[in-house]
Amino acid sequence: MSDLTAPNKLFAKSPRIFPKRVWGRFRQIKWVAMVVLLGIYYLTPFLRWDRGEHAPDQAILFDMVHQRAYFFYIDLWPQEVFYLAGIMILAAFGLFFVTSLFGRVWCGYACPQTVWTDLFVWVERIVQGDRVKRVKLHNAPWSFEKIWKMALTHTLWLLIGLMTGGAWVFYFNDAPTLLEQIMLFEVPWPVLVWIISLTLSTYLMAGFARNQVCTYMCPYARFQSAMFDKNTLIISYDEQRGEPRGKKKKDESWENRGHCVDCTACVQVCPMGIDIRDGLQMECIACGLCIDACDNVMDKLELPRNLIRYDTSLQQEARIEGSAEQTKLVRPRTIYYALLLTFIGSLMAYGLLSRSDTEIHVLRDRNPLFVQLSDGTIRNGYAIKILNKSYQDKVYKLTVQGLDDMTIKIQGIGNVTANALPVYADSVGHFRIFITAPKASDARTDIEFKLQPLDGGDSGTYSSIFTSGK
Amino acid sequence: MTDHKNNEVDQHSGTQTTGHEWDGIKELDTPMPRWWLLTFYVCIIWAVGYWYVYPAWPTFGGEGIRGGTVGASDWTSYKQLEESQAEIVARRAVYQSQFDSAPFAEIKQNEALFAFGMAGGKAAFGDNCATCHGTGGAGASGYPNLNDDDWLWGGTIEDIYTTIRYGIRANHEETRYSEMPAFSEMLDADDIDVIADYVVKTSAGAADAGSSTGAEAFAENCAACHGDTLKGMHDFGAPNLSDSLWLYGSSKDDIVAQIKKPKHGLMPSWEGRLDASTIRQLALYVHSLGGGEE
Repeated sequence: MSDLTAPNKLFAKSPRIFPKRVWGRFRQIKWVAMVVLLGIYYLTPFLRWDRGEHAPDQAILFDMVHQRAYFFYIDLWPQEVFYLAGIMILAAFGLFFVTSLFGRVWCGYACPQTVWTDLFVWVERIVQGDRVKRVKLHNAPWSFEKIWKMALTHTLWLLIGLMTGGAWVFYFNDAPTLLEQIMLFEVPWPVLVWIISLTLSTYLMAGFARNQVCTYMCPYARFQSAMFDKNTLIISYDEQRGEPRGKKKKDESWENRGHCVDCTACVQVCPMGIDIRDGLQMECIACGLCIDACDNVMDKLELPRNLIRYDTSLQQEARIEGSAEQTKLVRPRTIYYALLLTFIGSLMAYGLLSRSDTEIHVLRDRNPLFVQLSDGTIRNGYAIKILNKSYQDKVYKLTVQGLDDMTIKIQGIGNVTANALPVYADSVGHFRIFITAPKASDARTDIEFKLQPLDGGDSGTYSSIFTSGK
Repeated sequence: MTDHKNNEVDQHSGTQTTGHEWDGIKELDTPMPRWWLLTFYVCIIWAVGYWYVYPAWPTFGGEGIRGGTVGASDWTSYKQLEESQAEIVARRAVYQSQFDSAPFAEIKQNEALFAFGMAGGKAAFGDNCATCHGTGGAGASGYPNLNDDDWLWGGTIEDIYTTIRYGIRANHEETRYSEMPAFSEMLDADDIDVIADYVVKTSAGAADAGSSTGAEAFAENCAACHGDTLKGMHDFGAPNLSDSLWLYGSSKDDIVAQIKKPKHGLMPSWEGRLDASTIRQLALYVHSLGGGEE
């Protein structure tokens, strides 16, 4: 029975975590990963890619205004947004695949939430000192020292946030032009809104929400357990070797006791604020900092490393039972994910490689459905869109198959004929055409529009009908 | 209502009760959360500021801005509408003056002006012409189809412009006017029947167009307006009787009825109702529907 006299609290205030500094293999990998990932994030928009004079020369650019997405040699139009869905599916299965092989390495090393939180904790440590000093300062009453240290920390956090938001907008605008505008304080307001909101969200997520994002907000952290099995790499504490734990007196022997000296180094360095010795927990992002912390202690005690390590539950059990069973990387789960990845990747590659740079869309007039002319012939009107996805201005020849004795007339200016329809590079040409043919015995005749660029290249077709009425 | 004299405190939650009790269940008097109250008070303060800055109170008298207080910011939705409309007019003005001064032949060679005229013409057509001619301009019995190549009063862009501007049998000095006499009073039924026969067969393209009496009766009574070859005449709005298009029906009965007591359409004059520029846009649009003559 719970205590009926105490009011029930619906919320538990999340205690603030002050991760201690740590050295070691995994910490080093995390530093390298941070530098590489932030480098990619900040420098990518400045990569150039020559597309000729009719398209931007930024390698990766989401041009919302002109409705184009550029990715090196790929140039996506709005109607091809399904490729984006394909990339998301690839990313999801890539994540599942890696998780089934190595556990939550994405969470521990590559997730933006982890990387930026790591960066913010580093700033916190530079300004306020390591864990003990930070806890002390946090609990101390307001003083001059506390005020300037807090102010400096938050200013630096906001600056990092500003750079994060500032880099984000480069993916949606020409980076060098926008950089110049930012330097001259001439930023267009929609860009400014994005910079400010991303500055604030970075500040909030990496400065305050931190581990709570992983625990409460991130769906992946919740459903990753569905990808775990006995062969998944998890961070595990060797209970057999470590227990019974306890402080060790100088002259005490290692006989009849575990190797864990209960120094809590693993707990102090944990960015998620958990005790890994309690076993696998949902909060654990598998960053390996507790391994570094424990290894350092084991080195000092001249004991073997790996009291805490990346391990699989299969191997743990094997060790206890003394069997020689090994973790298998190739197993049904990894094979399924690899096959799915290959399948979707191949579909995407096929789609992108066979993509035509000429497309024609035909919309038949519904009002009027058809027009009878004074000589008894029938005329149908069509609105035609020609998509020129190449980077050169092109001229197209339009032919219609399936009708005898027909004439094509183009509505509009000048002397445009169906033999030479001009469309600018990387744009859509709109034409209205009239097809006139003798009244057919059938109310409906199937016809096909065929579009051929005069200078060669991909052609396009579109099926439609010619209506004569009853 | 809460009984404020009640001082009973619930043991479990530590909150005062309202003093109400139903079957042993007591109602707690939990205070509003602090953040909620603060938000509420801020909203009240905000509202006071809002009344001051924006038009907020109706005055019922029609004074001020159409019956309301004027805020300190001087903003009203009427003004906003006027501004946005002025902005549209200003944006149009770039093309408007060019469009107004350029002859039709030049407009038909200029991509921007053509697109401008077509867009304006389409909107004006939907507002003013679609009632009779249909949204697609396909017309109906008695209302000409504007998509085809058969024009009563001429199908060049200038002809169409004149028709729209002055109307047909409309209340305007310059209006296009003609009236076909009612032949039921001048010819007997047999003659009318012979003529109708002749017209139907000629229209259908028959080599032998019926009796020579039909041709003779037609030449005597109808050819003055409709021409010897039945091609009609744009100057009188006399329809072409040799083609396959009929405004009031193509059957012999329809034609007999039209000879006996002709129906005449009326198209209003749009001068004065639409500005000259809109009429030009409409002429361009109608001419480009597919049947315009050069």
